[in-house]
Amino acid sequence: MTLIEARNIDFGHGGQTVLHRVSLSLERGEIVTIVGPNGSGKSTLLRVLIGALKPRKGTITRAAGLRVGYVPQKLHIDPTLPITVRRFLNLPKAVDGATAEEALVKAGVAGLSERQMASLSGGQFQRVLLARAILGKPDVLMLDEATQGLDQPGSAAFYRQIDAVRRDLGCAVLMVSHELHVVMSASDRVICLNGHICCEGTPEVVSAAPAYRELFGTGTGGALALYRHDHDHAHDHDHDHTHHQHEAAE
Amino acid sequence: MLDDFLVRAALAGVGTAMAAGLLGCFVVWRRMAYFGDATAHAAVLGVALALLFGTSITLGVGVVALAMALLIHGLSGQGTSVDTMLGVLAHGALALGLVAVTLIPGQRIDLDAYLFGDVLSVTRMDLAVIWGGGAVVVAILWWQWQAMLTATLSPDLAYAADLNPRRAQLILTLLLAAVVAVAIKVVGALLITALLIIPAASARSYASTPERMALLSMAIGALSAIAGLRLAVILDVPVGPAIICVAVAVFAVSALGRTLRQLT
Repeated sequence: MTLIEARNIDFGHGGQTVLHRVSLSLERGEIVTIVGPNGSGKSTLLRVLIGALKPRKGTITRAAGLRVGYVPQKLHIDPTLPITVRRFLNLPKAVDGATAEEALVKAGVAGLSERQMASLSGGQFQRVLLARAILGKPDVLMLDEATQGLDQPGSAAFYRQIDAVRRDLGCAVLMVSHELHVVMSASDRVICLNGHICCEGTPEVVSAAPAYRELFGTGTGGALALYRHDHDHAHDHDHDHTHHQHEAAE
Repeated sequence: MLDDFLVRAALAGVGTAMAAGLLGCFVVWRRMAYFGDATAHAAVLGVALALLFGTSITLGVGVVALAMALLIHGLSGQGTSVDTMLGVLAHGALALGLVAVTLIPGQRIDLDAYLFGDVLSVTRMDLAVIWGGGAVVVAILWWQWQAMLTATLSPDLAYAADLNPRRAQLILTLLLAAVVAVAIKVVGALLITALLIIPAASARSYASTPERMALLSMAIGALSAIAGLRLAVILDVPVGPAIICVAVAVFAVSALGRTLRQLT
C-alpha cells in the first residue's frame, strides 16, 4: 500500500532550482534513506513532503488520513520559552502520562519527563524529538539528519532504536542522512539525490552504481562492507547494551 | 463603585495588563517586539484619522493598527529580513501620525494622552471596550493555544501535524492590533510594547512551562497596573509611565533573584 507518493517534483527559489523532476513513493513498513552531498536538496525534499514547502511543479499524493511523524534536523527553542519534556510531548495533542512515558521508553530516554528541553544533551534532545514523533502512532516517520551531533556509537544506537520503533508500529521510515555507512546497512531502499535522483535501489545496488560512486567515491563500498559486518553483530544483545552505556556516559 | 474614577482606572489598567501579559508571552517567544512597536506607533495615525472622520478613537486606532499589522504580516511572508522595514514603518507611522494630528483643523487635542495614556479619564464605555476586547484576546488564545504553541516552537512541526503556522501568525497579528486599540487609553502608543514584553520577560525565569509563564505574566501585569496607579496618585505623575516603571522594577527584582539563585 502506497502511503505517500511524489511525482515529478520541481522546487526552487528565484532562478535557482533545488529539486528537478524528483519522484518517489513510500510503502508501508519500509525504510527508505535519502543520501546525497551537502546542498543536494535532501532536507528540501523532506520539507516538501510534509507540506512546509510548495513545489513549483509536480504532485504529492497522500493516503487518506495519513499520519506523519517528523523529526527535524535541529529544533531551536527560544531561550525565553520554558518547556519541560512532558509539556513538549503534549504538542500538538495532549496525551496522558502513561502514553508519554511509554514513548520516552521506546525512544530510549525514560524518566526525563520533568527536565527542561533546554537542559538536555544533543542525543537526549533528538530522542525526545523521536518520542514526540511516534506519539501520534504515525504511518510514516520522517527523519532529517536526526543523528547530527551524535558520535558514531550514539548514532548507531539511534538507528537501532528507529528500527525497533518501526517494527513496533509497523510504520514506514523515510530518512535523510549523510552517514552513508550506518544508513546504508539499515535501509531497505536508498535514494541517491543530487538535485535530481541519481540512482536508487537496495543498498547493494546503489553502492555499486556508477552515479553513486561518482558522488561519494569508491571508498564507501568498503565502508558498506564493514558496516554490514557491524550490523550483523548489532543484533547481539550485549553489543547493543554497551552502546547504550556509552550514550549514558556522554 | 464604578462612579469612582480611580476604581475605573484600576479596572482599566488590570484588564489591559492581563490581556497584554498573555499575548506578550508570544511576542517574547517569537521575537516580535519590533512588530509590536510598529503596530502601536501606527495607533497615533489612527487617532488622527478618527478625529478627522469623527469616529470613535478605539475604532480608528483598531483599523489603522490592523492595517499596519497586516502589512507587516504580508511582508514577513516574503522570506526576507524585515528588521529594517519594521523600523521604517514603526517610526514612519509615528511621525506621520504626529504631523496629521496637529494638522487637523479646529482641534486642540492633548497629544500626551495618546502617547502616554490617560487612564484617569476612562468612561464606563471605555471599560466595556477594554474588558470586552481583553476577553476576546484571552478566549482566542485559549482556544488556539496548542496550535499556536506548536507553530511557535517550529513551523515545520506544525506543518507535519497538518497545522498552518501562517494562520497562527495571522491570529497573533490580529490580536496584537486588538490589544493596541484597547491599551492606547491606558498606557499610550509609546509604551504598549513595554506592557507586552516586560511582564512576560519577568515571568520567564520563574516558570517551567509556557502555561505557567503566561499566568505569571498576567499576574505581574495586573500587579504593575494597580501598584503603578497607586504610585501615580501618591507622586502626582502620569499613570501610564508609572505602571511601566513598576513593571520594570518587578523585572529588575526578578533578574536579581535569578542571578542570586544561580550563584547559590
